[in-house]
Amino acid sequence: MIGTTGLIFNEPLLWELGAPGREAFSQPTREVPEQPVDPALTGPGPDFPDLSEPEIVRHYTRLSQWNLSVDSGMYPLGSCTMKYNPKTNERQASLAGIAAAHPLLPEAMSQGLLRLLYDLEQWLAEITGLAAVSLQPAAGAQGELTGMLIFYAHHAAQGRPRTKILIPDTAHGTNPASAALCGFTAVPVRSGPQGMLEPQAVADLMDDDTAGIMVTNPNTLGLFEADIRQVAEIVHAKGGLVYADGANMNAVLGVADMAAMGVDVLHLNLHKTFSTPHGGGGPGAGPVCVTAKLAPYLPVPRVVREGGRFAWRSDFPLSVGRLHAFYGNFGILARAYSYILSLGGDLAQVSRLAVLNANYIQAGLKADYHLPHDRPCMHECVFSDKRQLAHKVSALDIAKRLIDYGFHPPTIYFPLVVSGALMIEPTESETKETLDHFIAAMRAIAREAEQNPDLLHQAPHHAKLRRLDEVQAARKPCLMG
Amino acid sequence: MRYMPHTEADIRAMLGAVGAGRIDDLFAQIPGECRRRRPLNLPPALSEWDLDRHMEHLAGATATAPAHKIFLGAGSYDHHIPETIKQLLRRGEFFTAYTPYQPEVSQGTLQAIYEYQTLVGRLLGMEVANASMYDGASALAEALLMAIRVTKRQRVALSRAVHPHYRQVVETYLRPAGFEIVLLPYGADGRTDLSGLASLADQAELAAVAVQSPNFFGCVEDLKAVAAATHAQAGTLMITAFSEPLAYGLYQAPGRLGADIVCGEGQSLGIPRSFGGPGVGLFACREAQMRSMPGRLVGRTVDLEGRRGFVLTLSTREQHIRRERATSNICTNQGLCALAAAMYMASLGGSGFRQLARLNYDTAAYLKDGLQAAGVQIPFAAPTFNEFVVRLPAGSQSRYQQLLARRIVAGLPLAQYFPELTDHYLLCATETSRKQDLDLLVQEVTR
Repeated sequence: MIGTTGLIFNEPLLWELGAPGREAFSQPTREVPEQPVDPALTGPGPDFPDLSEPEIVRHYTRLSQWNLSVDSGMYPLGSCTMKYNPKTNERQASLAGIAAAHPLLPEAMSQGLLRLLYDLEQWLAEITGLAAVSLQPAAGAQGELTGMLIFYAHHAAQGRPRTKILIPDTAHGTNPASAALCGFTAVPVRSGPQGMLEPQAVADLMDDDTAGIMVTNPNTLGLFEADIRQVAEIVHAKGGLVYADGANMNAVLGVADMAAMGVDVLHLNLHKTFSTPHGGGGPGAGPVCVTAKLAPYLPVPRVVREGGRFAWRSDFPLSVGRLHAFYGNFGILARAYSYILSLGGDLAQVSRLAVLNANYIQAGLKADYHLPHDRPCMHECVFSDKRQLAHKVSALDIAKRLIDYGFHPPTIYFPLVVSGALMIEPTESETKETLDHFIAAMRAIAREAEQNPDLLHQAPHHAKLRRLDEVQAARKPCLMG
Repeated sequence: MRYMPHTEADIRAMLGAVGAGRIDDLFAQIPGECRRRRPLNLPPALSEWDLDRHMEHLAGATATAPAHKIFLGAGSYDHHIPETIKQLLRRGEFFTAYTPYQPEVSQGTLQAIYEYQTLVGRLLGMEVANASMYDGASALAEALLMAIRVTKRQRVALSRAVHPHYRQVVETYLRPAGFEIVLLPYGADGRTDLSGLASLADQAELAAVAVQSPNFFGCVEDLKAVAAATHAQAGTLMITAFSEPLAYGLYQAPGRLGADIVCGEGQSLGIPRSFGGPGVGLFACREAQMRSMPGRLVGRTVDLEGRRGFVLTLSTREQHIRRERATSNICTNQGLCALAAAMYMASLGGSGFRQLARLNYDTAAYLKDGLQAAGVQIPFAAPTFNEFVVRLPAGSQSRYQQLLARRIVAGLPLAQYFPELTDHYLLCATETSRKQDLDLLVQEVTR
């Protein structure tokens, strides 16, 4: 058992530390005189605590030690692709010519950065099989929103705005939320008994007031939607468009061709598939890839190549407009660029090993956990707590107990179509030995569930804190100290 | 490849356990019609060392200080970033963790966000701040959508002195749902002209009036007057955006002047410019409207043994629970950038933040005075912080180009955003500007 019983320090809140007059910032030498300022407009300045540099360093070092992270252990959070984040990417993104670049520099003074964007667009087009790319969306959900804006703009340009959108019941919650921002009413599509989208169900719902469908492929059960092409044909026949959520792209690099599947718009999560750090919840990047037909709708400005030079262009009258103050999360794009260049054609091997790892876990746990869909999975496998519920042990208890074994829990209670879901995505980064440890831990927990369920109800036992009272947090919110 | 640990022996053993002959068999579920017909055509893999050279080549083509003298602000600012922040952010426990769904093993991120929310609330003079938005522009768009939800009105007023890119993002977010955006003009002093507001509101009730302070021209808005004019319309919310939060080290926080929602870009707070992103969207509102706020929130609670701890809370507002009825589609925010901002605010402290704000003001004022003394016109009379507009003699474009050739970027030409402002330039000076460079700029511009 890896365990989590190392040295854990307590650490107060920032404003419980320090003393007025301390400072952890080296004030620059003043070279100019004080100038008069309008007293009617000035304020007292913010009420921040004053701390010294050693206090700051110790504070955040201690806080960091309360986190489980990819660098400290396996983090099999399903649908989040918690793969290793290469250190060289950080080095590249912090080069002065990238980190200190002002976004409004004249084009002639930022050609290297424009080239990086241009090349990254080309590579993502090659990887997905789609024709054109915008790197502007700052996260997956903003990529989805961009996709829905493109749907909206496309139908509006045909002179026939549409009001509905089909969303399978396995979809991420961001799908309906993004569609709603464009005024589309979400129409749920039930997945079939095999956990897959059924063409007939789509045909029954698709009409000429429906803008299209949002599909996640592979879906959130870790299964490839085998009928996707037929679904796309049904949607296209009614003038609709097909949106693919690329959250699970890590399963199909070098294998699937999104254009061949009939996908019109796809977003990618660079913080998932392309190894940029998750950062405790961002920043990410959610590029959008589209067919040639939809390229005129992409956000502006767009980077173009004119002769041997790169330039910004905004004269695309059908464009959905701008999504970000500048060009998106460039620092993240630079990391993904660095990742693709580090791998080259080996990118296909990423998906092969991610899928192998997931199937290895699936095979290793089948005897102990209920597997709703017993067939080879893609990059993640979805179990349920059905067998443990007999002992009054839930997915939540299993997740919390895993912490005591030194693993971050998988995604739980998602997808919603599996009651008590445990969604496990190991990624290609993990060694066979780590997977063996994980399988052994999960199997030990299954035994504990039978023999000592209360041990699981009370878990975790070795973390910084025991279970937290989320009800109190929501009932009497205390959001500021 | 060094990121993937599998040996041939591992793969054989694992395939055996899975019951597959080859890895390809695991992909049998993908129909032929959905497959690529040829292998990926990507550049060959580079070694770590070749990659370093390649990236240095690309990055080396960018104009940066000190070789170039760059007087650009306009929503992206050059400030010193302490080495402590750079190094602490690189701790893998912070940057390779994800959204703190499992609070028992995420207390570091959770306490840090709680501290961030608190410092942002104190900076902006507001009661509640969220865990961050993507950037200043989308934060403003989300603020307007929030006002539309709260007031159940369809129309918003937006100052033309708000950053033009922010206005474009607002349009992108609001247009499909059919919400109306009315632009308020700017006056001769560079501030928003509120004189037409009452008659606008008479035509149809406004959900919100949104200004930016300091605004795109660097002018500090008279927020008291904006609040009075906005709240004269029953129910209308006042939104104050910003792109330079350091200004609130010197100027009164918008929350203390009547703003209902305050939002903007926090890049100035310890985050490198990185060609425009990632930055961080700061977002704060009144406690009464907390449940209508977009974005993640961290709240204080206790564990089973009564010890203080932190969790994500009020998630019933969010898309993973409420789906299409969520307050926003935002999911991941800008966690690591919010952490940087918290570290930065904590590193400066209240006294240091004020001192640095004052230095920014004085440095820009020194440049402004110098230019004015040399005969350059300052068209807008309103007070400014660390950027301001100048008007150069007609035909200034060729002089601007000559200065570029001499590695001086003499501000941002404004005519591309405001056709009426030909020969107008937005200049920025911060604590990183050296006096000799400011003197050089005055000399070169007026030569």
